[in-house]
Amino acid sequence: MIFPGLLSRLGCVLLLALGLLAGTLMLPRAAFAQGAAPDISAPLAQFTTDKYDDTETALNALAVSGSPAAAGIVAALADGRLFYSPATKQVLIRTAAGGYVDAAGGQPVAEAPPGLKAVRVNNRIRRAVEAASGALALVSPDPAKRLEAAGAVMRARDEAALPALDAALAKEADAKVKSALTLARASILIGKAGVSDADRIAAIETVGEEGNQDALAVLRSVPADAAPAVKAAANAAIDGIEYNLAIWSVGQNVWYGVSLGSVLLLAAIGLAITFGVMGVINMAHGEMVMLGAYTTFVVQELIRTYNPALFDASLLIAIPIAFVFTGLIGILIERTVIRFLYGRALETLLATWGISLILQQAIRTMFGPTNREVGAPSWMSGAFELGQLSITYGRLWIIIFAMLVFVALLATLRLTRIGLEMRAVTQNRRMAASMGIRTNWVDAMTFGLGSGIAGIAGVALSQIDNVSPNLGQSYIIDSFLVVVFGGVGNLWGTLVGAMSLGIANKMLEPYAGAVLGKIALLVIVILFIQKRPRGLFALKGRAIET
Amino acid sequence: MSNLFSNARRMAGRAVAGAAALAIAGVAVPAAAQETIKVGVLHSLSGTMAISETTLKDTVLFMIDQQNAAGGVLGKKLTPVVVDPASNWPLFAEKARELLAKEKVAVVFGCWTSVSRKSVLPVFKELNGILFYPVQYEGEESERNVFYTGAAPNQQAIPAVDYLAENEGVKRWVLAGTDYVYPRTTNKILEAYLKSKGVAAEDIMINYTPFGHSDWQTIVADIKKFGSAGKKTAVVSTINGDANVPFYKELGNQGIKATDIPVVAFSVGEEELAGIDTKPLVGHLAAWNYFQSVDVPENADFIKKWRGYIKNDKRVTNDPMEATVIGFNMWVKAVEKAGTTDPDAVIPALIGVSVPNLSGGFSTMMPNHHITKPVLIGEIKDDGQFDIVEQTPGLIVAEEWSPYLEGSKDLIADWRAPMNCGNFNVKTGKCGAQ
Amino acid sequence: MSTATTTPPALLGKSGLVFLAVVLGAAVLVPLLNLLTAPDSALHVPTYVVSLLGKYLTYALLALSVDLIWGYVGILSLGQGAFFALGGYAMGMYLMRQIGPRGVYGDPVLPDFMVFLNWKELPWFWYGFDMFPFAALMVVLAPGILALVFGWFAFRSRVTGVYLSIITQAMTFALLLAFFRNDMGFGGNNGLTDFKDILGFNIQADGTRLTLFVLSAVALALGYVLCRFLVRSHFGKVLIAIRDAETRVRFTGYRAENYKVVAFVVSAMLAGVAGALYVPQVGIINPSEFSPANSIEIIVWVAVGGRGTLIGAALGAVLVNYAKTYFTSGMLAPYWLFMLGGLFVAVTLFLPKGIVGTFYDWRSRRSPAPADLEPADLAPADLAPPDKALPEPKPAE
Repeated sequence: MIFPGLLSRLGCVLLLALGLLAGTLMLPRAAFAQGAAPDISAPLAQFTTDKYDDTETALNALAVSGSPAAAGIVAALADGRLFYSPATKQVLIRTAAGGYVDAAGGQPVAEAPPGLKAVRVNNRIRRAVEAASGALALVSPDPAKRLEAAGAVMRARDEAALPALDAALAKEADAKVKSALTLARASILIGKAGVSDADRIAAIETVGEEGNQDALAVLRSVPADAAPAVKAAANAAIDGIEYNLAIWSVGQNVWYGVSLGSVLLLAAIGLAITFGVMGVINMAHGEMVMLGAYTTFVVQELIRTYNPALFDASLLIAIPIAFVFTGLIGILIERTVIRFLYGRALETLLATWGISLILQQAIRTMFGPTNREVGAPSWMSGAFELGQLSITYGRLWIIIFAMLVFVALLATLRLTRIGLEMRAVTQNRRMAASMGIRTNWVDAMTFGLGSGIAGIAGVALSQIDNVSPNLGQSYIIDSFLVVVFGGVGNLWGTLVGAMSLGIANKMLEPYAGAVLGKIALLVIVILFIQKRPRGLFALKGRAIET
Repeated sequence: MSNLFSNARRMAGRAVAGAAALAIAGVAVPAAAQETIKVGVLHSLSGTMAISETTLKDTVLFMIDQQNAAGGVLGKKLTPVVVDPASNWPLFAEKARELLAKEKVAVVFGCWTSVSRKSVLPVFKELNGILFYPVQYEGEESERNVFYTGAAPNQQAIPAVDYLAENEGVKRWVLAGTDYVYPRTTNKILEAYLKSKGVAAEDIMINYTPFGHSDWQTIVADIKKFGSAGKKTAVVSTINGDANVPFYKELGNQGIKATDIPVVAFSVGEEELAGIDTKPLVGHLAAWNYFQSVDVPENADFIKKWRGYIKNDKRVTNDPMEATVIGFNMWVKAVEKAGTTDPDAVIPALIGVSVPNLSGGFSTMMPNHHITKPVLIGEIKDDGQFDIVEQTPGLIVAEEWSPYLEGSKDLIADWRAPMNCGNFNVKTGKCGAQ
Repeated sequence: MSTATTTPPALLGKSGLVFLAVVLGAAVLVPLLNLLTAPDSALHVPTYVVSLLGKYLTYALLALSVDLIWGYVGILSLGQGAFFALGGYAMGMYLMRQIGPRGVYGDPVLPDFMVFLNWKELPWFWYGFDMFPFAALMVVLAPGILALVFGWFAFRSRVTGVYLSIITQAMTFALLLAFFRNDMGFGGNNGLTDFKDILGFNIQADGTRLTLFVLSAVALALGYVLCRFLVRSHFGKVLIAIRDAETRVRFTGYRAENYKVVAFVVSAMLAGVAGALYVPQVGIINPSEFSPANSIEIIVWVAVGGRGTLIGAALGAVLVNYAKTYFTSGMLAPYWLFMLGGLFVAVTLFLPKGIVGTFYDWRSRRSPAPADLEPADLAPADLAPPDKALPEPKPAE
């Protein structure tokens, strides 16, 4: 009632979808029969008024006109390639080559009139175009596109799409697409007037088997005046789906938790080296993460400028560069400041905090205080469904990456010579020195390693967070908590600490809300430390106090 | 490469030039104290808020530069006094006191967050200063010493909701915000407004997150779930600056497009979008009183001069900048009208002052110390700019006391002579505390 | 440590007397110079400087409270700001209740932020704050009880060193998030503001400002005497022993955790008093005072002035905050973080004992038998045998 325009608009979308479909499918015959294209000058003129209502009317008119130019014009509109001249009222399409062709006739225009303006598109028009393309794509030769279109039709539930759906269903050979089409058809039947109760119940069963969020939406739309049997069937199906989804949602929360945990792991693992192994309370750790993120930004800028084709590989290129760059900065800090402070752990806190202020302000001066744009490569965008779990590629890659970093670090410490020396020096410096290990050099390398790891964490975090001078600040407290919770000086502790904090956070969030959940988690960690003052994986050693 | 490094060099160059200009000005003051008027700039240049506020400091310096080139005010040159409250709220109060008591500035342009404004408020009242506050805020305030050139909720939030209801047929609403006063108040107002329009309580979902929230997986999934109930759903976002980037990134990742669930934001402008890959965001909306893409000659002229001043032809403009510009021009006009910079003369002179805004009309300072504004709704384009899809036909007067809130529905503000009150209760016929 | 067992020293040494003289002298002189000299006189102290100095003095008291536990017990609390803020909130709640019906909505009981968020009645924890004695009690009790509970758990479980630092940081961070929530009933991120008067006096009147300044100076002086008394006493000797070798103290038969809890609670109460004096002078209290960065900054003041000297802590607080005031104005504004950061690095590298500690060193080199200097005052790092200046043994995995 309060939003009157809606129904008529929905109608327009349907009309448009069907009209376009009819236009393209039947056009060749129609053109042969009539010998001349229908006149579309009236709708074209409406594109030049710069009003969304007119644009929509024009779209509808075009769609039912059966003109061969219609599909091209709609596609151009969707891509923002449809232009008009406010002076001459001419409507033009810009071609891929950059030239212009007349929208009505398709003949190239030698010289575009000055002051061309794009026909503007908003969500409403975009939706109308999408629905139209969805119906069109039902008969696309590409099965993936047909599958997508079936999903779109199911969500839109246009009764008017039924004939097109039936036609597509009759021709469909691919089993997967066929079941999607059946589902779309059932979804429409559920809400359609004049369908027999038996048909409707059958349709409810079909949709109920799908068992996902979309199906739930369809089932909830059963008309209020439906027969009791239909309603009962729908309710039963809804209950079944909700039960099913509730079970899956536990899995989904675990997945979110693992994904948050791997972000925490990435942020904290460098600290597990500089703080956990070396005992330096490195407050500048967050800034190392930030430097890594900015390195990613610089690498992407260079790639955009010199070789855009490499963009998808930009993160892979950024990883070693960030590692080396932040590692060198770390070595520089160790050599100029930290090495004078060994044994005064709490004072390293002050010095590194000073360094973190300097680094933040330096980045702010160089790159400006605003966020910088770091793009996502195509292989990190999008999501896929695993059962009822929705898994995004970006998060999946971050989890994999975090695990790889963890394993690599573990291997470095366990299997390499430098790792052996690091462990030797931190266990007994003077003994190590008398065995001929250059302890100074090992200190610098260890701090460099920790900083470098923080840098590559920055590459990953640039994908999910702001790349701004404040980036590091938001992770530093969590990182310290993870390391302390897991147990200082133990990489496995850091892994378990990060994962348990991540999962606990995501399990609490749905019940307590994001803010209270976080507070509850902090309190839990504080209480836990009382219980185990040395963290989850406490070191067993002879020292009674460290 | 060149882009990056020239940027760094340019920044450094600008800083040096700015420092030199300030140093010269500082030396010049004692010699020519009669000829200059001091203008205070109270925006954070370091700390978390520098991300937003630095641009506004540059805007004020730019306006002063322009005004001086045009002969100054009352025949005197303007001198900026820049201080850095460093995103630290008590430091805001200290710096405000320094500007007013020590530097004796004629006017202050500053603050971004509500808490910074609240923190300097007692200082401005005590020392009788003038503050121009250029950011959209929750309303519920009207003070003699403050002029609000940003939007009140009815100049931003309500028109945006109307647009979604009428044009997108939205029937189910997610009000998502950061847990602080602006989102809380705005959402309270919107909730009351939507209910008054017949939206059922179960069709409104309200969600709050901590500051700088970066893990949006659960909340975006909840929004998706809420949006699959068969009714058209939209998100009204009062999420604070820093948390927006990960929020939009998560929306893109989970495949929520603007045609499915549009998000309309009140804190996302050109400056914020400059840090995001906007391709997945195309079609999401923002409501402001100005967009850089406003196609009028005044705006084109402003952008050209601004870019010339800042020596960066890619620098974007945004709504709080326009509010700063309007406030600055209003102050200049009022000082010329009053013939003095004395706050007791300028404050009454400001009421009724009308200056061109950058969207092709005029904005007027109303007796409630807020200005009239057009409301523009824009859809995000893939180049980080906004496509203006709707503009209110007339100007909207700020409702500083929202009629949708229980406590403030009887209050009005009028700083003209007989009433002279920021919180006059029309029911009791009394001015607030009296 | 050997000298510590010789003659028991006076409550206040020579430098302590100088310090008290300076603080109390300022308490007398500054108001006089503000009231009696002409505004254009070279000696005039403008009111804005008075409130600035008043703020510095409350910071000095806060720094003192940190030095008591860090310098003498070895507890590095990264959450001291939380106690300061709690004291501040207790005072802020009193000041809010004093507004009464003069708030913008004219509600006789509810503070403004509750009115426009449609709260119907005052939450229970706001009861009693309309009475000053109750509020004054809460100023010390609220931080004190938190410190008691937190300290009792932490010290009994022998959480020490870095672990303790990190969980104190987690504590203040949790409180930050909690006070941020509007549902908590403390005004969300805007906090409490728009105060009108205190004990019937207009909070913005010059006389009130001067009084608050004098009170801050007196509080600082009393706080100093109290800390000095504590560390001089037998109790203080045990504290210092705990700092230097906690296990040995425990093996000697002392309940180390009880001593630590008492020191921690006293320190938290001092911080609470500092917060309560700070709020009426600044005019606002909000959750940003809980931010972990603030607490770290307090540590830095103490380090700059000299840990374990008490006077140094106060001096460091004033100096760093003056530098902050100075560098955040004018042409240096965008670069002050460089200076602040550089200062911290430089102090830890070149002045590890802080300004006062270095001064003591310099003086003891000039006259080998100082009257009131005791090495036991200084932080353990300075006294550590050379072989302790190496990383603690920790296997890599």
